[in-house]
Amino acid sequence: MIQLENIIFLIVAGLGIGLFVWQIRKIRKNILMGRDVDLTDNPSERINKTLLVAFGQQKMFKRMLPAVLHLFVYVGFLVINIEVIEILIDGVFATHRVLAFLGPVYSALMFINEILAALVIIACVIFLWRRNVTKVPRLASGVEMRAWPKLDANFILITEIVLMFALFAFNIAGLKLVQMEGGEVAGSYPVSQMFVNIFGDNPTSLHIIERVGWWFHIIGILAFMNYLPSSKHFHIIMAFPNVYYSKLLPKGKFTTNPAITHEIKAMLDPSYQPPAPEMDAEGNPIVQRFGAKDVEDLTWKQLMDSYTCTECGRCTSVCPANITGKLLSPRKIVMDTRDRMEEKGEHPAIFAPNHYKELGVERVETTDEKTLLRGYITPEELWACTTCNACVESCPVNIDQLSTIMDLRRYLVLEESAAPASVNAMFTNIENNGAPWAFSPSDRFNWAEDIYVPSKN
Amino acid sequence: MEENKRLVKVPTMAEMAANGEEPEVLFWVGCAGSFDDRYKRVTRSFVQILEHVGVKYAVLGTEESCTGEPAKRAGNEFLFQMQAITNIEVLNAYNVKKIVTACPHCFNTLKNEYPDLGGNYEVIHHSTFLQQLINEGKVKVQGGEAFKGKRITFHDSCYLGRANDIYEAPRDVLAALDADLVEMKRSRANGLCCGAGGAQMFKEPEPGNKDINIERTEEALATLGSGSGVIATACPFCMVMMSDGVKNKEQEESVKVFDIAELIAQAEGLSK
Repeated sequence: MIQLENIIFLIVAGLGIGLFVWQIRKIRKNILMGRDVDLTDNPSERINKTLLVAFGQQKMFKRMLPAVLHLFVYVGFLVINIEVIEILIDGVFATHRVLAFLGPVYSALMFINEILAALVIIACVIFLWRRNVTKVPRLASGVEMRAWPKLDANFILITEIVLMFALFAFNIAGLKLVQMEGGEVAGSYPVSQMFVNIFGDNPTSLHIIERVGWWFHIIGILAFMNYLPSSKHFHIIMAFPNVYYSKLLPKGKFTTNPAITHEIKAMLDPSYQPPAPEMDAEGNPIVQRFGAKDVEDLTWKQLMDSYTCTECGRCTSVCPANITGKLLSPRKIVMDTRDRMEEKGEHPAIFAPNHYKELGVERVETTDEKTLLRGYITPEELWACTTCNACVESCPVNIDQLSTIMDLRRYLVLEESAAPASVNAMFTNIENNGAPWAFSPSDRFNWAEDIYVPSKN
Repeated sequence: MEENKRLVKVPTMAEMAANGEEPEVLFWVGCAGSFDDRYKRVTRSFVQILEHVGVKYAVLGTEESCTGEPAKRAGNEFLFQMQAITNIEVLNAYNVKKIVTACPHCFNTLKNEYPDLGGNYEVIHHSTFLQQLINEGKVKVQGGEAFKGKRITFHDSCYLGRANDIYEAPRDVLAALDADLVEMKRSRANGLCCGAGGAQMFKEPEPGNKDINIERTEEALATLGSGSGVIATACPFCMVMMSDGVKNKEQEESVKVFDIAELIAQAEGLSK
């Protein structure tokens, strides 16, 4: 029978989902600030990659302990969501454990669910331990790991633990009630069974606990969903599209700017006709910057990267520049991109992360410029990169940190001629001598003198 | 043994074209291979191998110019494309089909970035080329220096490894030496950069607490353990960085840095 409780539930769920959709639209708008790029080729390879890297967590398994713990939480998230669907149906139609008709399948599901929920709690406690007690360097240090990213990570872990406890409270109280009434238990609850008596045997209080556990879990999930867009935890959604749209070409292939190609061809051959430039809505030619100064100069994929980042720091921990004490941290590049994008575009409903930028002694000397370059990311960071692709290789969700670094570097060089002096000297050598060093081109073949090999006879 | 040696005349594309001939493969020497004293020895070793097995090859000689790779990594797309388009004109004029090079940076840009600008060639790195020669039995890895039992560790080049997923070819080449191959903890896809890529070769490092090549050399030395050993490389920049690192650690008497082509030439008795 539909009661007031169900109507309240319907309103709460409607508000929660509505707010989430509203936030997703903001994020979509932010991502579409980026330049267009066509990444729709090879759908079958992209699907394979998504299955392996996103669903299969392939790249997580480079580090065993966090991979296994993360797998518990990930599988727990997927499977427990089946129970959440049931909770939603129960809430709307005033049913109780509506999926129980599945019989043994339902029993197995609930059994796995309980085991996973317990594993999620264990994993989250270990994760909290790693962040706050043993202080795993990639999680605990780095200039970009300011107050907000640290608080965010802890908040998520604690919330997950609390949500799991709410689920257990709901299961335990429900189980006890059914057992007291002598009815048949729908499903199998190995963990709850162990603690079946902790809430006593007062039917009224058990009923209240069951209801509170139920409400807490469902409101918790709705709140958590709306917290995601403000959080690094957004990766649970973004990982899938981000991996789907990842780079399929060899990592060493950097993008080619066709506008420059046309310019050079026209220079070398006066009869060359470059294609007509693209026009904007008012019929003016669209002039694009060479390289990237701000977020709108990056592609939408590079912006999507920054929403996918879970700030795990694998990229930074393998970066040769960072390992040797340079300022560059690939994770910071990605986090800065997100912060700047939300400063410039829309920011999510709950937090504007920029407000959590603490002041302090930092080696990163940004300026007041309202751009990604210099306002967030300094030339010193960009010039520390060896373009070795270790960050790209290490990222479990296929973020391409290097492409953003390169586009910012290109702006410095092509638009500002702001390369370090020795790099400019290298450019001059290539222009004049056809080699990055100051050698005469006429000496290029001198190596071939006096080479001997054993005669064959 | 002078009478058993013959002087090599390295053929150029211009000469071949004048005789109406085309080589099987163009050897792209690269700037380091042409000008850097240490890497010239690698170029010469590779030419000795090419001559020894009788591959019909040629070089561009003074017609070769920088691929533009360091400019591209430094963000100078304009200069890169200038170089690339000019080089492509030369390569296409000679109807080049296949290119081999001992430089992973040249290899990467020729293979991956030249096609966008109209340069389509089959490009292979010398590690893959040597691997093929060994597999085909053309290089037998005998008659020269014995490497049996010698400790060798291979340092992955980023532009060969992560950039192009070539990890096994250089290792297969080294395996043919029958040496004691030891892997650094950070190897293959997890390999640590030597510190020279991305135009770092041409500038001072940014402020930090250590140079990258020292970090990598320490790892290599720890892997080789005490006593003598070889750090094998397959890239001119890695060669410079690792050699400097070994010198910095004052280990140049016991630990040598060699390119895989040099090791093969030594084992084959070509560089006596």
